[in-house]
Amino acid sequence: MELELRGITKRFPGVVANDDVNLTIRGGEVLALLGENGAGKSTLMNVLYGLYHADEGEILIDGVARRFASPRDAIAAGVGMVHQHFMLVPVFTVAENVVMGVEPTRFGALNIREARREVRAISKEYHLDVDPDAITETLPVGLQQRIEIIKVLFRNAEIVIFDEPTAVLTPQEIEAFFRIVESLRVAGKGIVFITHKLREALRIADRIVVLRRGRTVGEVLPADVDDRRLAEMMVGRPVELVVKKAEAHPGDPALTVTDLTVADADGRLLVDHVTFEVRAGEIVGVAGVQGNGQTELVEALVGLRRVESGEIALAGRNITHHSPRLRHEEGIAHIPEDRQRDGLVKDFTVFENIALTGYYDEPFSSGPVMHWGTAEREATRLVEEFDIRTPSIGTATGTLSGGNQQKVIVAREISRDVKLAIASQPTRGVDVGSIEYIHDRIVGLRDRGVGVLVVSTELDEVMALADRVLVMYGGRIVADLDRATTNVNEIGLYMAGATSAATREHAP
Amino acid sequence: MIETPLAHLGDTSAAGPRTFAERRRARNMGITYLVLAVITAVFLTGHDGTAMFKLDDGRSFSLPAQTTAWVAVAMFSVLAGGALWRGYGKLTNAVLALVTVTLLMTFLSWSAAGTSFSLIGVLVSTVGYPTPIVIGAMSGIICERSGIVNIAIEGLLLNGAFMAVFIGSVTTFWIGVLAAMVTSALLAWLLAWLAIRFKVDQVIVGFFINFFVLGLTNFLSKRLFVEHQNWNYVGTLRPLKIWGLHSIPVIGPILFEQTVYVYVAWLLVFGLTWLLFRTRWGLRTRSVGEHPRAADTLGINVVRLRYRNVIIAGAIAGFGGSWFASNVGQFNQNMTGGRGFIALAVVIVGRWKPIGALCAALVFGLFDSLGNKLATLHTGIPSEFISMLPYLATVVVVCGFVGRSRGPKAAGQPYDSQ
Ligand SMILES: Nc1ncnc2c1ncn2[C@@H]1O[C@H](COP(=O)(O)OP(=O)(O)OP(=O)(O)O)[C@@H](O)[C@H]1O
Ligand SMILES: [Mg+2]
Repeated sequence: MELELRGITKRFPGVVANDDVNLTIRGGEVLALLGENGAGKSTLMNVLYGLYHADEGEILIDGVARRFASPRDAIAAGVGMVHQHFMLVPVFTVAENVVMGVEPTRFGALNIREARREVRAISKEYHLDVDPDAITETLPVGLQQRIEIIKVLFRNAEIVIFDEPTAVLTPQEIEAFFRIVESLRVAGKGIVFITHKLREALRIADRIVVLRRGRTVGEVLPADVDDRRLAEMMVGRPVELVVKKAEAHPGDPALTVTDLTVADADGRLLVDHVTFEVRAGEIVGVAGVQGNGQTELVEALVGLRRVESGEIALAGRNITHHSPRLRHEEGIAHIPEDRQRDGLVKDFTVFENIALTGYYDEPFSSGPVMHWGTAEREATRLVEEFDIRTPSIGTATGTLSGGNQQKVIVAREISRDVKLAIASQPTRGVDVGSIEYIHDRIVGLRDRGVGVLVVSTELDEVMALADRVLVMYGGRIVADLDRATTNVNEIGLYMAGATSAATREHAP
Repeated sequence: MIETPLAHLGDTSAAGPRTFAERRRARNMGITYLVLAVITAVFLTGHDGTAMFKLDDGRSFSLPAQTTAWVAVAMFSVLAGGALWRGYGKLTNAVLALVTVTLLMTFLSWSAAGTSFSLIGVLVSTVGYPTPIVIGAMSGIICERSGIVNIAIEGLLLNGAFMAVFIGSVTTFWIGVLAAMVTSALLAWLLAWLAIRFKVDQVIVGFFINFFVLGLTNFLSKRLFVEHQNWNYVGTLRPLKIWGLHSIPVIGPILFEQTVYVYVAWLLVFGLTWLLFRTRWGLRTRSVGEHPRAADTLGINVVRLRYRNVIIAGAIAGFGGSWFASNVGQFNQNMTGGRGFIALAVVIVGRWKPIGALCAALVFGLFDSLGNKLATLHTGIPSEFISMLPYLATVVVVCGFVGRSRGPKAAGQPYDSQ
């Protein structure tokens, strides 16, 4: 099957998201779609999937023009999509999520046994290894993504679109994902793969198309380019892919964590007697596979989760039981892991979100009166400085592209005067140009004498930024390593729990 | 590793609490039982004499008030000890049910010491009386499960009552019922239209409909029924004995000598359970209530499904309203008296499940008819307190049994496709 997008133009109030885009997708090949945040990649794919309607242009399948009024038409034509934010009902079982909309029935009743059988069959064929009866919300992200893949395959899709599939996956899950893509390609499916990680595109793609500001700016073969060249095509200028930073000069402790323990509702230890220190003027990276307590550790540090025992001190002052706002005022900046849940009010405008952490005090307000002018000026300055692509500062933040939402948070948090910055996955879903910028700013914070804690499942990011690396496994810190003397392999071993697993073998 | 504690979960032989939440619940239960033991000892051991409980066909049994109370005190104390010591694991709810029933019987023998008490009468009205609540709750479940909060059930019931009486008096009873269903469906359509098309806040639309119906039925009943009293008379429906089943002792008169409405309500409960959890319609309805965008990306027409479900729910509520006509035979102003709101509460405490809602409604019905009965017994308890009882008891009992619950995620949120 061959699918062609011809002259697609899609406008939103204030922006042209796609501007006369041409694209061909063929069965049995992987097409990587690259582009800056807000370049229009997701929009283009939503047009192809029938969720948005193009203002101009047409979609051709095997040379015949087709109109997709809704996803139903696109599905019928053999197009399937795995969205950037998963489209799964959390309380449904895997099988229920898969068959939704095309349910097999028997005598009027749902034939859930048939659904289960189908899920197992697809799961087996593509080595997806998913239990059809599991409740979706209890599964890790990597498995949830596989449910999305099964959904698409269950509908007999010939073209499969993946919108930033690897952004939320752990390194192991990414490897597994690539094996799945490979088997889809062998099965003759056409695959569109959107990513911000250039090396992934170079590794898996047969063809690479680059979008910039809504237009196609180039189509290349992976063999003909390297990551530098790709980055330049995307951003329109040379990009520094390695973080440049001088020697760190650590000062007094900015954050001191002593014997910190966090438990869930069932009393299981999520953070297990953790002790460490972040000094002013150093960047401490926390590496670890997702789900080993990093999320809970950060939540405890910023006051979003109750501490079972232990102590947290900021520049020597005990803040263990301070409210989040108080900690914030004491000088903690927080870039949360889940930007849509903890970082933004999606329906608020950009300038409202910028004012969100300090709205209750000067300069954003005096007493009960808000100074929106100040907020707007501040937002205008930050939008400029951080190159946030938005039609205006009065645009609802939820309509910005994923990466630009992230930049709004980063801008708000690190432009303040703080003692400690905690950044969880600070560049998740952000394009190379902006990664360069955000990394520079984080290093800049350090050089100003701020203590920085960077939590990332992206080993490259930890290696690029950190002066010291902590590895978390099973809720504990299993290694405290100097960046200068460690390497990726050593960290990888600790992340896999190598040493602790060995000691467990001998435990009674 | 982490698997070890999980591996024991299937093992029921040792009923000890395992998780933190279970431990806390067991502790709370234990404390509650202790408090109940003390209350029983202090308040319910004072009456001498024997209470006679009448069942059907002249059958009856008697309980000596004081002895019963002391037995109950002993039992509560022992059970409290067990709960505090180990907890009852999977038997927790069974123990709670045992305590509840014992407490009730102790209380009743205290109140009725020296006289007799028609237990069968209480049980019959326990099953019959909450019928409009059950039907209204089914209407609410359909709406909420598809993502629309329907505060207007009260109004839809009231409209159903009025229409069933008015049209029923002018024509025949069942045509009145049909009119009730059609007009309530129309009102529900109005709710859906404002909520879906114009994205007006659903709670506000619901309140608007409630007040609109209340005002309109008051106005019309004054205008029409004062002058034409024969327009305000449909006659009541007599109980329908189910052949064979109604002659089972005790159970028969309670369950199988009720009006058609009771049977239809139960059919609705079990039918809706099947529809929601076993059919294509149910799956789609639940998906639209939980994550409409996901449903949309799979080609499910969110807006159409919501319209259809709200309208069907309206017809069901209209039918529930006509119960008042069948029960009273005429229309009184505001005769639903908040039963629609109780239906809403029942939906929530029943965890958005039809059978759960039925159980909650029955608990309410039980305490309501007990309250009515107690008012005639001269127990010395103020009547205001007695009329508070069903509400209080429903909340307490249901909290004990149900615990935390979570509703459909998208309920109340308008859906925007772009
Ligand atoms: N629903 C919408 N309403 C208004 N504007 C929108 C909407 N969706 C996207 N846009 C705008 O269209 C442009 C393209 O956004 P799109 O989400 O396609 O970017 P993207 O290439 O996927 O970026 P990212 O890599 O950050 O996900 C952006 O400027 C965005 O603000
Ligand atoms: Mg995108």
